[in-house]
Amino acid sequence: MKLEKTILASVTMNRDNVTGGSPIYVCDNKEEMDQLAANLEAILDGISHALSDELYIIVKH
Amino acid sequence: MNEYTLPILFGVAVGVIARVVMLRTDYRQYPTYLHGKVIHLSLGFIAAFLGAIVSPAIMEKEFTAVTFLTIAASQFREVRNMERNTLTELDGYELVPRGNTYIEGIAIAFEGRNYLVIFSAFLATMVYLAWNIWAALAISLVSFLAVKKLMSGNTLKDIVHIQHMEPHFEGAGLYVDNIYIMNIGLPQRQKEILEYGMGFVITPKNVNAKTTIANLGQRQAILHDVSVSLGVFRDSGTPALVPLIKRDLDNGRIGVFILPQERNVKRAIEIIGAVPVLENAIRMPSESNANLRKEEDV
Repeated sequence: MKLEKTILASVTMNRDNVTGGSPIYVCDNKEEMDQLAANLEAILDGISHALSDELYIIVKH
Repeated sequence: MNEYTLPILFGVAVGVIARVVMLRTDYRQYPTYLHGKVIHLSLGFIAAFLGAIVSPAIMEKEFTAVTFLTIAASQFREVRNMERNTLTELDGYELVPRGNTYIEGIAIAFEGRNYLVIFSAFLATMVYLAWNIWAALAISLVSFLAVKKLMSGNTLKDIVHIQHMEPHFEGAGLYVDNIYIMNIGLPQRQKEILEYGMGFVITPKNVNAKTTIANLGQRQAILHDVSVSLGVFRDSGTPALVPLIKRDLDNGRIGVFILPQERNVKRAIEIIGAVPVLENAIRMPSESNANLRKEEDV
C-alpha cells in the first residue's frame, strides 16, 4: 500500500494539541521532541513539519 | 551492380552519418555506453536504407513500393515506445527523477531523428540520380546542417533571467526570496539546508515563458539536470532534503531550491540556463486569437 499526503505521527509537548488519528507522542521538552521527530522521520521516510513550537507532524509526501 | 547501387549506398552512408551526428552522449548520459548506441545506429541504418530506396522505386515506376514507408513509420513509433518505457522504468530509481514530460521529450526526439535520417538519405539518393555525385554531396552537407539545427531546441536562458538568492527560514517555512518552498520542522534539518542548499529565482522574459516555466514537467527537468551536473545532497529515506521549485503566483517567477554537492553559483546558473525548453511544456498564450485581438484594440 502506498500512502501519500498522510500524517503518520504527531509529536507534541502539549497533550491537548492533538487528538485522535495518527499515533501521538508526547514529550517533556524541545530536545526530546527534536530527537524523537528526527528518528521518526528516518524510520517512517516522512518529513517533520512544524505546526508550532510545540507540535511536529511527520508527513509522508 | 546496377545503376542504382552507388546512389543507394551513397544515400545510406549519408543517412548513417546524419544519425551519428545526431547521436551524442552528453551530461544527460543517454543513450549510455556501447549497447544503447549500437541499437540507435542500427535503427538509423535501417532508416537510411528505407530513405535511400524511395527514389529508385519511383524511377522504376514501383509506386506501391512506397507503402513500405508506412511500415517504417510504425517501426519508429515503436522506438519511441521503447525509449519511453525504459526511461520510465529507470526513473523510479533516480534520486531526482527526470519526470514524464522530459522522458516524452527524449522519446519524441529519438523517433524524430529517424525520420530526419530517412529524409536526408532520400534527398541524397534523389539528387545523385537526378544530377551527379557532387550535387548529392552538396545537398548532403545542407541536410547535415539542417539536421544539426533541427535537433537543437531552445534552452532556458533564451526565455528567462536567472538570479542567485540564498534560501532562508521564516519560522519553519523555507523561502527563496519571497517564494515559499516548504515547511521544515527539525532544527537539525534546517541547519543542513542552510548549509548545503542554494536558491535561484527564475524570472520569465515574457508571457509565453511565464506559462512554460510554470509547467511541472519543465520544473522537474530543471531539478534533474542541476542534480545530474552538480550532484545532489540527499539519499533515499531523506525526503526532507529534496530539491523543489515553487511558483510566485503574483508574477509567475519561480523559486528554485537545490541541494548540490558542489556549491558553485556561476556553474549552477550556467546549468540552469542550459536546461532544454521541453517541447511539451511550450505554451504560446500570446498567439491565441483572444490575445491578438486585445492588442489590436489598444
